[in-house]
Formats: sequence, structure tokens, C-alpha cells
Amino acid sequence: MIVGAIGLIYAFVAAPSTIEEVKEMMADDTSHGSSDMGIVDQDVEFANPDHAEGDHILVDDHDNEHYEHLLHQLQNKPWAALYIAAFFFFMIALGTLVFYALQYAAQAGWSPVLFRVMEGITAYLLPGSIIIFIILVLSGLHLNHLFIWMDPEVVAHDKIIQNKSGYLNVPFFLIRALIYLGGWNLFRYLLRRNSLRIDEDSKDNKWFKQNFKLSAGFLVFFIVTESMMSWDWIMSLDPHWFSTLFGWYVLSSMIVSAITVIALVSIYLKSRGYLEYVNDSHIHDLAKFMFGFSIFWTYLWFSQFMLIWYSNIPEEVTYFVTRIEDYGLPFFGMVVMNFVFPILLLMNSDYKRVNLFVVMAGIIVLLGHYLDIFVMVMPATVGESWFIGIPEISAMLLFGGLFVFVVFNALTKVPLLQKGNPFIKESKHFHY
Amino acid sequence: MASKVIHAIYTDDDILLQAVKQVRAGRYHIAEIYTPFPVHGLDKAMGLEPTRLAITSFLYGLVGLAVAIVMMNYMMIEDWPQDIGGKPSFSFLSNLPAFVPIIFELTVFFAAHLMVITFYMRSKLWPFKEAENPDVRTTDDHFLMEIDVEDHDVNQLSKFLYDTGALEINLIDNK
Repeated sequence: MIVGAIGLIYAFVAAPSTIEEVKEMMADDTSHGSSDMGIVDQDVEFANPDHAEGDHILVDDHDNEHYEHLLHQLQNKPWAALYIAAFFFFMIALGTLVFYALQYAAQAGWSPVLFRVMEGITAYLLPGSIIIFIILVLSGLHLNHLFIWMDPEVVAHDKIIQNKSGYLNVPFFLIRALIYLGGWNLFRYLLRRNSLRIDEDSKDNKWFKQNFKLSAGFLVFFIVTESMMSWDWIMSLDPHWFSTLFGWYVLSSMIVSAITVIALVSIYLKSRGYLEYVNDSHIHDLAKFMFGFSIFWTYLWFSQFMLIWYSNIPEEVTYFVTRIEDYGLPFFGMVVMNFVFPILLLMNSDYKRVNLFVVMAGIIVLLGHYLDIFVMVMPATVGESWFIGIPEISAMLLFGGLFVFVVFNALTKVPLLQKGNPFIKESKHFHY
Repeated sequence: MASKVIHAIYTDDDILLQAVKQVRAGRYHIAEIYTPFPVHGLDKAMGLEPTRLAITSFLYGLVGLAVAIVMMNYMMIEDWPQDIGGKPSFSFLSNLPAFVPIIFELTVFFAAHLMVITFYMRSKLWPFKEAENPDVRTTDDHFLMEIDVEDHDVNQLSKFLYDTGALEINLIDNK
């Protein structure tokens, strides 16, 4: 059976890898994008030393300072696009790991047939972490200006950031990032190792119990670090602004995207005939989670918005003022995509069992949550000069391609059924 | 017209489920089943239509949504305009965030309560109604299947039911 599974799985590597190639081709645009950016960079460097001479093109019409501001924004744009896409896919892998750990910790009986799919998706955690960390280090080295609190000149003129500099400083920031990423990857590595050992010998379910404990530990570690991660990596883009439920908000986005990807990958593999034990009850359950967490996301989105709207404190409310004035379409568009669309489509119990509806809702939800990250990151980094153009789309395709490649590659490595799991029989017969 | 029914009593829900399938396969008509607790999959085994309660619930939710919107608009904007959160805009849309919790709660309230009331009406339940179950043991640990005799042979039917695992078979005259 193992040989059969490996043989079968090898067959579909061909399919995603061609998609991958297409995506790589598209992704080449990114490198063009970054070389463009390099040119802009140089422009700025030319512009900066000799302020008096200013810039050559539009200088007559524009205030020098404004032009420089705009240049900074445009210069940030490819970086921000890269960062959003990198974070988006990293977040999916991380969310899947959380969902996976939840299944162990809850000793869920329905899901073990999907464990290998989830493990496959979490395989992207390591490359994703490395990429994120590199981007953060580059920010720390002032190669980009995503995080304005990293710029000593800004801090010098900003009392609020000065007061926060005990927490928001580059070395501590990077150390924290290392702790989060290292911890998550360590847990991922151990869970995966034990999961493979469950298949080999399951005497007294030793490794299963081990994974149960590990998962519980991971969830505790995760909920603390995830919260801090979202402050560090996203909330600190607006260093004056803060929201106490921001960690939850990012978590909800993370979980719903992850579950959606699990559902999409499962449906894809099922349609290719690999997951013989996955029936529509499993898809139904995943769709229930998609539905539930979409509502959870909306709840947090609205809670965050309403409190700030109501109290109307200037330093808090600017966050939403920029988003509504400059980002009206994505800001409200994502509510439609992440709430109205899934709630209407997935409300019906029967629709949750129809792959077509789940896939449709899934694609919209994923795009919606991309927009969510977009609206979190972009206003702070590029201000009003946002646009979903070549850098954004190609960055998405680049990381999307990498994600698909890593995930499906990982799926080919082992049989797609964790046969030593004590709940596997229940899961195979799962029927709603 | 007096019709006759047979009460067959079972003591295990798995045996009951098996029996239901056999009885239906034998083309007998099950009038009703009384169980001490909800038996998973019994509705499908009996071939009952899926409930339409969910649809009514959705519609009630929409009613609640509409009522809440009209109510908040009348109370806070039209009849006695309120300065909400220090933003005297006096427009419904600009004050919408303040109304969303109420709109949400009323939607849930309408959906839940009207659904329960609908359920009571459809099941013909009201306060102080006399219990309909024919055997008090069905509230403890027995399962009772009521089968219409129609024009089947009673002895043959009893024998059949006995084979399905019924512990007790009674012939009842309905008046």
C-alpha cells in the first residue's frame, strides 16, 4: 500500500509542478519588480544627498518634501507586496499547524484521515519562516522602510516611539522573531517526527500520547507568541496605534485561511483519487469550520472597529480613517468577501457537502484574507499610493508557487493515511 | 373507524434501528416511534423528510433583521434624533456601527424564539398538554415502535416483529 501511495502521489507531482513552472514564469516579474525598485532606490539616493537640487522630473509642480514622501511610499511598495505575500502563505502554514495541534489536543475522531494533508501544508512553515526572517533582517538593516520605528531619525523626533523603544528596537525585535519562528518550527518538527513514528510502532500509542502532550504545549506557546508576533510584525507598522485584540484578529484570519487551504487541498487530492477515505462528511466538517471562523473573523473585525469608532480617540481612530478614506474598496470589499459571501453560500447544510460550493467559497475567502493582510500592512507602508498591480500579483504568484511546490512535494513523501493513529478507524467511518 | 396498531417494545437503540430497517423493508407502515432519548440516524432510517425548520429560522432571522433596522431608525434617528458617540450626524448609515449589536441580537432573538414556537406548533405542544406516549417506560429505558396493522395478518406481523428483536408486542385498538 505504501508503494502504491508513493507511486500514486508521485504522479501528481507532475501536475502541480507544471502549475509551479507557470507560476515561476509569472514570478519572474517579481525580479523585474525588484530591479525597478532598485532603480527607484537609486533615484532616492541621488535625491537625498542634494536636497537643494531636488528631483528632476516633477519637481516644478510638487513640493519637494511631498515628492520625497511619495517616493518613499513607492519605494516601499514592492517590499510591502513581498512582505504581504510572504506573510500570507506563512500564516496559512502556521494556521494549519495550529489546527493540526488542535485535532491532537482534542483527540478528534473525525480528522485523522486528513492529518497527512495538514502535515503537508505545514511543510511550508520552515521555508516561510526563513523568508519572513530574511525580510525582517533586511528591514532591520534599513534596506527597506517597512517599519518606520526602525529609522533612528524618525524615533528622534517622536516621543511616543521613544517611549516604546524599550520594546520596539531592532535587536530585541529580531530576537523575538527568532524565538517565535524557532519555537514553531521545533514543534512542527517534533510533531511530524512523532506522527511518522505512530505508523511504525504504536505500542500503547506511545507516540500518539507524546503528540497529544506536544500539541497542548504548542497551543499554549503559540497563543502567546502569536499575539506578540502580530504586534511585532504587523501592528508595529503603525507604531502609534494599538489594539488589544489585534492578536486575535490576526489569528482568526490565519485559522480561516488555513482551514480553507486544507479543504481545497483535500478536495483536489480527492478529485485525483488519492484520499480514498475522505468522504463528503469530512469536507462538510471543514466547511463548517470555514463558516464558523468566517463569522468569528467578522466578529473581531467589527469589535475592533466599533470600539475605536465609538470612543473616537484621535490616535486610535486615524488607523480606520486612513483605511476608510484611502482604502474604502478593499476595506469594505473584504467584509463582503469574508463574511457576506461565505455566510450566504455555506449556510445551507447541503451546500457544505458540494465540492463546487466549498471551492468557490474557499477561493473568495482566501482572496478576502489576502486583502485583509493587504489592508493591515499597506496603509502604514505605502499610504495612499496603493494599487494591486504587478508587484503584488507577482509576489503572490511567487510565494503561491513556492507554497504549492513545497506542500505537494511534502505530500508525496509519505503515505497519505496515518494508519497507526488509534482514531483512524473512527475517522474512516466518519459519517454525519 | 377503529384502526388497530401494534406496539412493539425494544430495549436497545441499535436493535431498534435494525428493526426499523427490516420493518420498512417488509412494507409495514411505522406510525410513530417513542424513544427515551434522540436516536442518531433514526429519522433517516424511518425515511422522514428532512426538517424545514432551518428555512423558517432563516426567514425569521430576516424578519428580525428588518424589525431591528426599522426600530433603530425610528427610535434613534427619526422620532427623537440622538447624538451618538459625540457624532451628531443624525443619519442612519453614519451611526450604523452603534446599531449593529442590536441588529445582531434581535436577529438571533427572532430566529431562535420564533423557531422554537414554530416547533411547538408543528409538534402540537402547548402548556398542560396531556402526554401522548402510550407507555411510560419509553421515558426510561424502553423504545416503542407503533405499527399500523392495516390489512396485514396480525399473527404474521407479530411473528415478524418478534424476529426483529421486539421483547413485547401488544395489539391496541384505537378508538
